[in-house]
Amino acid sequence: MYNETTHDGEGAHSDHDHHGPAKGLMRWVTTTNHKDIGTLYLWLSFTMLLYGGSMAMVIRLELFQPGLQWVEPHFFNQMTTMHGLVMVFGAIMPAFVGLANWLIPMMIGAPDMALPRMNNWSFWILPFAFTMLASTTLMESGAPAFGWTFYAPLSTTFAPDSTDFFIFAVHLMGISSVMGAINVIATILNMRAPGMTLMKMPLFVWTWLITAYLLIAVMPVLAGAVTMMLTDRHFGTSFFDAAGGGDPVMFQHIFWFFGHPEVYIMILPAFGVISAIIPTFARKPLFGYSSMVYATASIAILSFMVWAHHMFTTGMPVAGELYFMYATILISVPTGVKVFNWVTTMWKGSMTFETPMLWALGFIVMFTIGGLSGLMLGVAPVDTQYHDTYFVVAHFHYVLVTGALYSIIAAFYYWVPKWTGHMYDERLGKIHFWWSTIAVNVLFFPQHFLGLAGMPRRIPDYSLQFAEFNMISSIGGFAFGLAQVFFLYIVIKTIKGGEKATDRVWEGATGLEFEHLSSPPPYHSFNEAPPVK
Amino acid sequence: MNKSALKLAIIPLLMFGFGFALVPLYDVFCDITGLNGKTGRVEASEINADLVDRSRTIEVRFLANTNTGLPWSFEPLVKKMQVHPGQVYEAVYRVRSASDNKTMGQAVPSVSPGLAAQHFNKTECFCFTQQELEGRETRDMPIQFIVDTDISADIEQITLSYTFFSVDQG
Ligand code: HEM
Ligand SMILES: [Cu+2]
Repeated sequence: MYNETTHDGEGAHSDHDHHGPAKGLMRWVTTTNHKDIGTLYLWLSFTMLLYGGSMAMVIRLELFQPGLQWVEPHFFNQMTTMHGLVMVFGAIMPAFVGLANWLIPMMIGAPDMALPRMNNWSFWILPFAFTMLASTTLMESGAPAFGWTFYAPLSTTFAPDSTDFFIFAVHLMGISSVMGAINVIATILNMRAPGMTLMKMPLFVWTWLITAYLLIAVMPVLAGAVTMMLTDRHFGTSFFDAAGGGDPVMFQHIFWFFGHPEVYIMILPAFGVISAIIPTFARKPLFGYSSMVYATASIAILSFMVWAHHMFTTGMPVAGELYFMYATILISVPTGVKVFNWVTTMWKGSMTFETPMLWALGFIVMFTIGGLSGLMLGVAPVDTQYHDTYFVVAHFHYVLVTGALYSIIAAFYYWVPKWTGHMYDERLGKIHFWWSTIAVNVLFFPQHFLGLAGMPRRIPDYSLQFAEFNMISSIGGFAFGLAQVFFLYIVIKTIKGGEKATDRVWEGATGLEFEHLSSPPPYHSFNEAPPVK
Repeated sequence: MNKSALKLAIIPLLMFGFGFALVPLYDVFCDITGLNGKTGRVEASEINADLVDRSRTIEVRFLANTNTGLPWSFEPLVKKMQVHPGQVYEAVYRVRSASDNKTMGQAVPSVSPGLAAQHFNKTECFCFTQQELEGRETRDMPIQFIVDTDISADIEQITLSYTFFSVDQG
């Protein structure tokens, strides 16, 4: 795919030590190059986005009208479960790892990642994990149908046989993430160019450093949870079985001890992306750099102390509810600091609105909507009403789709000219933005109303008063899905060709990758460390 | 560089262990706080009969359930009792097996309101061990319990609920 373009790129920095990539398919299998591996991750993520998206289309199709018209309830449950798992572990997380691979070495002036062979392993485990997960759909018992949160005893006593494949797939994803995270930390701590002190690092690097620590802290807890499921299912333990002295509620505690930091794993790198894009197009340095670093760190630390806000309705004592409520609301303070800093960066800037900036602005506005609904959910007494309704669905889709996914798309438009040496088609990029943004709000905004009116989540059929909003939501869903197929076309078109990008790419761009590398960068960049001011 | 990777690898290993450590921690936490409706257990010899608080009367209600997969019927012989804190009482549950074969069950107690749980102690209970019934057997199972004298004055009623779960013989 990138064969030719990376070769051309040698031009600017041509040097006899620079070896180009190997030829053919084996290049991708055996590669230890951070750019190749970044590309592989990004393609895996896009594939998973379309796969998970097609399941979302089945869900919205069934919910288009009340009654059961297209799929059986059991199959519907398999769709919601697999959609959630594929999007979280297959689309969002690998996309950020792909961005980390491409960008971190170029941003800190390193030749590659610290552990290139392990890097190859981290990636190549994933296609096996997802093939295994996807194959459960074809099994006699059907795919797992207990929701992406796989609460016991649904996932233990009452789970389909295919659950063991799910467990093994989760183990593999966990191993891949932990290896990837160790690589990121080792790279950032050991391979920075002289002069690149921690407090000079671009925020994307900072947010990834903190995310990597979150990953190595909580992915093993997830691995522990699925291991307990496995032994409960087959080896006579009763971690989650009341009959043997266990407790299903404990499953939720363990899951959310992983789960809440996990949602920040999916959003902290997004903060880094937005903190790179906004200053470029406002032509002003980022406002409050160090407060951004401290805000990121405090969000990460606090994220370990709020997990039970997902469990307000399990019958906690009032003291517990109050503690988790205040701790949850406390997290919105550092999050607010970030939004404030982005807005202040734009204040009196000379702004232009190229496609990456549009996606970044879309992120700020709509992520904030998601943060506000999160705040409402964090208020324990009202969560009793909102819990397990479409309001929660609306909340996490605003933070994950118009938050995490928007930042990934913004990052693509922002750095793809650097990666390929080709400008994307600006007109198509803008169409993609407006099409997606209108569609996504038609899709998810009405779900707030559905939730407030009491429509439960994870159901294939609903009572008649919910019909109109569901139909509107489904129409938005189909339009949003189609917009991402259009995005695929834009991506391929950009890789194949396009107006030649300058080395700086954007007038206001800063950072080593824009100031010291050609577009596209040589296959091995920064064999000699660049000067850092 | 590989050294720092190995050092980092210790963190996930510890955290994997921590995931499992959450299990006993959770039980200890529930024990100390009395959350989760887990009841206490005391030895009959520890009870001081002089401490009975006759000025207070609390109603204790008894509930009984069997979980799916266990062909037993299970009910308390008395549905409720008026008790004084500090005094030992006995209540009896009757279990009937509808199976022709030997079956085994484990009863799991739960007390509500949750805050009463740590003040609700049992000196004897069929829930301390697994119970085995012969085919079609009927058996009366007693519990002895005592409500602490220092239980909060707000609590006027306590519900004690047992669920019998099937235990796989294997
Ligand atoms: C201001 C910050 C936030 C607050 C106060 C907040 C609060 C909450 C609360 C209280 C719930 C549980 C609702 C319920 O089940 O009744 C929830 C669910 C959720 N949140 Fe957030 N949230 C915030 C930000 C985020 C972010 C940044 C993400 C991800 C990028 C996220 C992802 C999720 C997900 C995936 C769920 C649903 C989990 C499930 O049950 O399937 N949230 N949030
Ligand atoms: Cu949370």
